[in-house]
Amino acid sequence: MKILRLAVAAAALLLSLGAGANAQTTLRIGLAEDPDILDPTLARTYVGRIVFSAVCDKLFDIDDKLNIVPQLALSYETSADGKAMTIKLRPGVKFQDGEPLDAEAAKFSIERHMTMQASFRKSELSSVDHVEVVDPLTIKLVLKTPYSPLIAQLTDRAGMMVSPKAAKEEGDKFGQHPVCAGPYKFVERVPQDRMVFEKFADYWNKDNVFIDKIVFLPIVDATVRLANLKSGGLDLAERVLATDLKDIRADPRLVLSTVPELGYLGLTINIANDKTKGGLSQSVKVRQALDLSIDREAINQVVFNGEFTPGNQWVSPTHPYYQKAFPIQPRNVEKAKALLKEAGVALPVTVDYMVTKGAENEAVAQVVQSMAAEAGFDLKIRVIEFATSFKQAQAGEFQVFQINWSGRIDPDGNSYVFMHSKAPQNDGGYSNPEADKLMDDGRLVSDPAQRKAIYEKLTKILLEEEPIIYLYHRKLLFAHTTRLEGFKPLPDGLVRVIGLKLK
Amino acid sequence: MLSFLTKRLAQLVPTLFFVSILIFSLQHLLPGDPALVMAGEERDPAVIEKIRQQYRLDRPIPVQYFYWVKGVVSGDFGESLRIKVPVLELIEQKLPVTIQLGSMAIVIAFLIGIPAGIVSAVKKGTAWDYGANLFALWGISTPNFWLGIMLIFLFSIKLGWLPASGYVPLSENWRASLASTIMPAFVLGNAIAAILMRHTRSAMLQVLESDYVRTARAKGLFCKLIVDAVFNRDYAVVQGVVLVTATVYIMLNLIADIAYILVNPRLRA
Amino acid sequence: MTDATLGAIQIATDDELESPARRALRRLFRRKGAVVGLVVIAVFILLALFAPVIAPYDPVATSWSLVRKPPSALHWFGTDDLGRDILSRVIYGARASLMAGAISVGIALGIGVPFGLLSGYRGGFIDALISRITDAMLACPFLILAIALAAFLGPSLGNAMIAIGITTTPIFVRLTRGQTMSVKVEDYVEAARAMGNPRWRIALFHILPNIMPALLVQATLSIAAAIIAEAALSFLGLGQQPPAPSWGSMLNAAQRFLSNAPWMALWPGLGIFLVVLSFNLVGDGLRDALDPRAR
Repeated sequence: MKILRLAVAAAALLLSLGAGANAQTTLRIGLAEDPDILDPTLARTYVGRIVFSAVCDKLFDIDDKLNIVPQLALSYETSADGKAMTIKLRPGVKFQDGEPLDAEAAKFSIERHMTMQASFRKSELSSVDHVEVVDPLTIKLVLKTPYSPLIAQLTDRAGMMVSPKAAKEEGDKFGQHPVCAGPYKFVERVPQDRMVFEKFADYWNKDNVFIDKIVFLPIVDATVRLANLKSGGLDLAERVLATDLKDIRADPRLVLSTVPELGYLGLTINIANDKTKGGLSQSVKVRQALDLSIDREAINQVVFNGEFTPGNQWVSPTHPYYQKAFPIQPRNVEKAKALLKEAGVALPVTVDYMVTKGAENEAVAQVVQSMAAEAGFDLKIRVIEFATSFKQAQAGEFQVFQINWSGRIDPDGNSYVFMHSKAPQNDGGYSNPEADKLMDDGRLVSDPAQRKAIYEKLTKILLEEEPIIYLYHRKLLFAHTTRLEGFKPLPDGLVRVIGLKLK
Repeated sequence: MLSFLTKRLAQLVPTLFFVSILIFSLQHLLPGDPALVMAGEERDPAVIEKIRQQYRLDRPIPVQYFYWVKGVVSGDFGESLRIKVPVLELIEQKLPVTIQLGSMAIVIAFLIGIPAGIVSAVKKGTAWDYGANLFALWGISTPNFWLGIMLIFLFSIKLGWLPASGYVPLSENWRASLASTIMPAFVLGNAIAAILMRHTRSAMLQVLESDYVRTARAKGLFCKLIVDAVFNRDYAVVQGVVLVTATVYIMLNLIADIAYILVNPRLRA
Repeated sequence: MTDATLGAIQIATDDELESPARRALRRLFRRKGAVVGLVVIAVFILLALFAPVIAPYDPVATSWSLVRKPPSALHWFGTDDLGRDILSRVIYGARASLMAGAISVGIALGIGVPFGLLSGYRGGFIDALISRITDAMLACPFLILAIALAAFLGPSLGNAMIAIGITTTPIFVRLTRGQTMSVKVEDYVEAARAMGNPRWRIALFHILPNIMPALLVQATLSIAAAIIAEAALSFLGLGQQPPAPSWGSMLNAAQRFLSNAPWMALWPGLGIFLVVLSFNLVGDGLRDALDPRAR
C-alpha cells in the first residue's frame, strides 16, 4: 500500500515537473552593451535602464504621448508656489524581499539618491531640499526653488524605489543583487555574458505578468545580435542597425518595432575654449555657413537608408515642443560660401573635428566632411575613444565635437545642461545671458503652452548663434520574433515587460 | 635541476614586479579619466570628485600603486570600477571559457600543425611540402579579427550551422558548448598550428622557443575582458588580468624550458 | 672554418658579395614559396608607390548614388558604404600597411639591436636589468601594450607605427642578446679582442655581421606581424584616421554590412593575408637558406 502511494506521489511529482517545465517561458533580450552596476542610485548607462524596467519600478512612468502615469505612486500634486510636491503611494506594494513599500521606504530611497556618496542622481534631485513623511502612504518633497522638470525625473532612475533593508545591508554592493519592487527579481549575473531574472510572485501588478523568466544577453556586435535573433537564440534585440531594416522587414519570422528617440545627434562647437581661435569660434557667420553646407536628408539616406529623422532643434520635429516656426533649412552651398566671404576668413577653414569611435559615427563624420568641403571647410576627422572624449571635451580640446545625447522626457533635459552658462555639460562654453534667463524661466513654469512660448524665444536665439548644430534624431529600432506579443516601445527606448506574452 | 628551478622561480617575482609597474604606468598615462568614464552622461563635478576620492584616483600614482600591491599581497585584486565586482571573481568567471578555448585551440593546433610539419619534412621539396607549408602559414597570416568575421559570416549567417556568439559551459550541454567555441578556438588554433609546424620541421629552436607560448598568450587569454577594460579605463581589471596572464605565461615558459631540458639530455649539465 | 668566418667578417666591409651570402641567396631562390612571396611583395610595393597612377578613382571621393554597389565592370571590387571605390582604397591602403611594417620594424631594430648587443656582450648587472625589463614587456599581451601605447600617443598612423615598433623591440633585444652571447665566445672574436680592438668595434664589425642572418629572418617575420598589428589598431580606431584608407579600418566599417555587402570585408582582408603570407614565406625561406645545418 505504501509503495503504491509512493508510486502515485512520484508519478504526480514527475507529471507536475513535466508540466512545469513545459509551461516555463523565458524571454531572451539582446542588449547592445553590458550594463554597469545595477543600482539605481549609482547607475549611468542607457542599457542599465532597460534592465531596470523589468526589475525596479518607479514612482511614475510615461505613456506613448509622454504623459505622466502612475506606477508605484498614484498621484502627485504641486503646491501653488511650486515649492512642494505631495505624492500619494500605491497601497499594498511589496519589495522583492517581502518588505513593504511605505512612506518611510520611499523617503529612504529618495534620500539615498540624494546623499549616497557616489550617487549619480544628485544633479537630477538637486532642487529637492528634503523629504517629509506625511502619512504612511504619502510623502512630500520640499523644494528649494520651483522646478517643473522634477516630475519627469521621478519617471526615471531618480524615482526608483529600493528595499531599505537590502540597501542598508549591502551598501554599495547593492547593485550586485538588487532588491526593488518590479515584476522580476534578480537571480544571477555573469558580467559580459548574461543577467537572469525570474517572476516576482508578489508583484503589485502580477496579473499582467505572463512570462516566467527574463534573460538579458549583452551582444555588442550588431550583426551578431541580429544573427542570434534570426537563429532563435534571442526573442528580442535592441538597436538593430538601420542598414539591416530591409533584411528584417523581408524576414517573415521577425517583427520590426520602431519609435522616435528623445535625443539627437549634433555638432557641439567650441566657442569659448578654442585655444587656436579658429573661424568657428570667432564668427557666427562661419557657424551658420557650416550649418548651410550640410544636407541632413543626404546623411539620413546614405548612412541610415532614410530610416531616421533629420532635425535642427534639440527635440525632434514630431515632439510636442518642436518649434514649427523654425523649420530645417535645406543645403545651400552658395549662401555658405557667401557667408564665409563676409566673415573674411581664409579658405579653407581647417577644423579639428572630434568624433567618438563607432562605425556609424565615423560614417556620418565622413559624409559631413565631404559636404562641408564644397563650401570651403577642411574638417580634419579625429576618432577618439569614448573614454578620452569626455576629458578632451571638458578641456576644450576640440573645435567641433560630434556627439549624441540619449535624450530626456522634458525638453529642459535636452538643452539646459548644454547651453546654460557654466552648466556641467556645456563643453563649448556658450554663454548668453538672454538665453540663460529664458532657460531658467522655462523651469519655473509648469503650463506647457507657457513653456513652449518661452522656448520659442530661446530657439530663435540658439538657431542664430548655433552653439550646437543639430543633425538628426534616431529611431530606436527593435526587432523581435513573431512569438513575442504585446511589445510596444516608448520613446525612452525601454522595454516594458508588463503585458508581454510568448506564444 | 632543483637549483635551476629555484633560480627561475626566484626570477618570477622581479619580472612580475616590472610587469605590474609597466602596465600600471601605461594605464595612468592613458588619456581619459576613469571617474569621467564612470560618470558617463551625468557630470556633476561634486560627484566626480567624490568618485575620485573613493578610488584614490586623486592620489599620486606611486601611492595608488602601493595600495594596489598591498591589496594583491593579501589576495585582494581590487574591483571593477564599472560594475563593482571583485576582479578575482571576474577572472574566475572567465576561467572556464578561457581554459576550454585554450585547450580546444591547442588540440586544433596539434591536429593541423604536426601532420603538416611531418608531411612537409618527409616530402620535402615536393608539392606536398609547399602545400602543407602554405596551409599552416595561413594561420599566422590571416588577421584573426578578419578570420573571425568571415567564419561568422559563413557558418552563422549564411549556413546557420553555428551560433554567432554566447558561451555554453561544457557541463551544461557538451554539443552546444562545442558549437559555441569551435569557431574562436579554430581562429586561435590556426596561428599556433603554424608555429607548431615550424617546430616539427626546423632545427633553429633558439629563435622559436617561446613563439608558440607567446602566441597563445597574446592571442586570447581573457581577450574581450581586457580589451573592454582598457577602453573603459577599468584599471583594476587590466592590472589583475595582466598579472594573471603574465604569471601563466612565465610558468608556461618555465614548464617548456624544463621539458626541453628533460627531453634533451645534452643540456642537463 | 677560418675561411668562412673571415668571409663572414668581410661582408660588412666589402661591396662585392662574398660566397656565404651568395650561397644563401642561391638557396633562397630555389625555394618556390619564397620566390612567390618576394614577387607578391614587389607587386604590392609597386602598387603602393604608384598608387596615384594605378588607382582608378580617388580613394576618398564619396558618391551618394553609388553606396554599397557589388563588384562590376566600373568598380572591380565594388563600392563601400559611402560610395567610394574599394579597389582604389585597397591600393592606397597598401601604403599604410607597408609603411607600418617597415617603419615599426625599423624602430624595433634601431632600439632593440643596440640594447641586445649591450646586454649580451657586457653581461652582468646591465644584462640582468635589460633582461628583466624585456621579459616584462614580453609577458604583457602584445596587443594590450600596443593599444595602450597608441591610445597614449593619440590616434594616427604615425603613432600606431611608433607603438608597434616599441612593442616589437623586446623581441629583437632578446634575439640579439642570445645570438651575441653565442657568438662572442667564438675564436675570431677572442682573437679580435686579443688584438686590442675596443669593445664597440668588436660589437659592430665582428658580432653584428654574424648575427645578421637571424636578425634578417626575424625582421621579415616581424614585418608580417607589424602589418597585422597596424590592421588591428586601425580596426580599433587607433591607427589611420578616416577618411584615409587603411585595410584595418576598412574591415571595421565592413563589419556592419556582412550580409548586405560582403565584398567590403573580403578585399581588404585578402590584401592583408597576401602581404603577410608573402613576408612569412620569405622569412621562412630565408631561415632555411641561412641555416648552417641545412644541406
